[in-house]
Amino acid sequence: MFKAKPGRAQESVFARRKRVYTLTLLGVIGFYLLASLVTQFSAKDGISALPRAFSWIVGNLVPTEKALRRLPNILQKLMETTLLSISVTVVAGLFAFFFSLLGSKTTGAHRWIGRLVRIAAAFFRNVPDVVWAMLLLFSFGQNILTGFFALFFTTFGMLTRTFIETIDEVSAACTEALSATGATYLQTVFQAIIPSSISEMLTWVLFMIETNIRSSTLIGMLTATGIGYLFDLYYKRLDYGSASLVVLCIVLTVILIETLSTRIRKVIL
Amino acid sequence: MNKEILANQPFDLGLEFQRPIRRTAAGKIKIYSYSKSGAAVRGTLAVLLLLALWGFLSFDVKNVDFAEAMAKTWRNVQTVFFQPRLARNTFWGAMNQVLVTFCLGGLATIFGAVIAFFGALLCAKNIANPRVATATRSLIALVRAVPTILWVLIFAVSAGLGSVAAVVGLTFHSAAYLTKAYAESIEEMDPGTIEALRASGAGYWAIVFQAILPSSVRYMLAWTFLRFEINFTNAIAVGAAAGAGGIGYDLFMAGSFYFDLRELGYITWVIVLAVILLETLATQIKAKVK
Repeated sequence: MFKAKPGRAQESVFARRKRVYTLTLLGVIGFYLLASLVTQFSAKDGISALPRAFSWIVGNLVPTEKALRRLPNILQKLMETTLLSISVTVVAGLFAFFFSLLGSKTTGAHRWIGRLVRIAAAFFRNVPDVVWAMLLLFSFGQNILTGFFALFFTTFGMLTRTFIETIDEVSAACTEALSATGATYLQTVFQAIIPSSISEMLTWVLFMIETNIRSSTLIGMLTATGIGYLFDLYYKRLDYGSASLVVLCIVLTVILIETLSTRIRKVIL
Repeated sequence: MNKEILANQPFDLGLEFQRPIRRTAAGKIKIYSYSKSGAAVRGTLAVLLLLALWGFLSFDVKNVDFAEAMAKTWRNVQTVFFQPRLARNTFWGAMNQVLVTFCLGGLATIFGAVIAFFGALLCAKNIANPRVATATRSLIALVRAVPTILWVLIFAVSAGLGSVAAVVGLTFHSAAYLTKAYAESIEEMDPGTIEALRASGAGYWAIVFQAILPSSVRYMLAWTFLRFEINFTNAIAVGAAAGAGGIGYDLFMAGSFYFDLRELGYITWVIVLAVILLETLATQIKAKVK
């Protein structure tokens, strides 16, 4: 038998667990206090605001008759935003596919090109879309293209990284098998890499479409396009009835797309 | 497959390969077989491409001179990334604003994580009442569907535009996101552990804190840090679009109020470096946790 250390051995798992929990809790509380001080956040205000906010939502954030007359306009802008996020994601996905072939370790042409692609992807991913939007406002103005490129850059960065990971994960074995049989590069890509990784990639594309609809609402507020602008307009005019109809439409669209992509995911994976 | 299994197979193993060859009407050998998932992939791709095309045809681009705008963008990108300079702010001022954004994101993550932990207990399929689980899941889907910025603006009406509205707004989305993630980590745990504790007569909270939390805390931590990263970027966005303070607000002022590209560049660099730092930290924590 092992000789137990006096005192600690009996309850060591629980004592250790308790210590870790206590330390973590203290750390979180410490951070909370510090952060509240820095941001002048007070939990009391936050909690007391909640019931007020909810009663306000129930009282004011309901579509009125006036709002319903604006429905065609809202639906048109919603369509614009939805189509924008779909086209951005599809185009970014196509670009990301070619660059991920270059960036992946199994299919890349050269080590340095791969590294360059991965650095570029990290750069595009880490510059937030808000920054791109602010930058592009200077040259494209309040135009739908501003939102398009702002979303394009971040989506491209994100998809390139995930596509590279997918290709690396999925296709090392089959690439080797195919090149052993003397297949050319293009044959390997079309017969091995695309079939084995397409469903995973498609899942990511669907996920990014969903994310982009939410982001494009925010970008729209900055660039005065799409559904985000419409919400901002009604909100600033204190026309909360119409604003609530906008929220409702966004919610329905996002849930619809979420449900659709879950269905598709179930079939393809 | 190893040799023993093969040895136990009946002798007609070779018959496996004598299935009738499927031919097309013209007599050619079919080399593709129909599969539901393949058809779904092709169908989805086709629909997405069509929608994208429709999008491009329907965009109202007004009359932007595309080539000129691109050239201008390129010049601006150069100014922003290679000639950053602060005019209305100091280095420490910018750092302070980053700290504010960091803290806004952190507070929202803490609140979101606490709410999500209890939310996950209500909607993890292996421990929750199925009806409660369905109800919680629908509520989460609803909360997640509203963009963060709209939550912030909705709360700004009753709480005033400031840190309270920003934190509460960010918390809503974080809580919904983390509930889903936490519930998945709880569902992945070994059902034997819960059963063993239940059999020994442990109460609900004993099971939660002695079995569920210890076995899924690693995944939960990884998800929480991922969400913290997202919240940091979201806090920037909220600051820019709703004026909720932090470095995002400075970004907005530099870009859309003073039209100062160089200051915009400086702030961009600060943000990019902060985001990369956070990502590196999160990757390391994830590697350590797993």
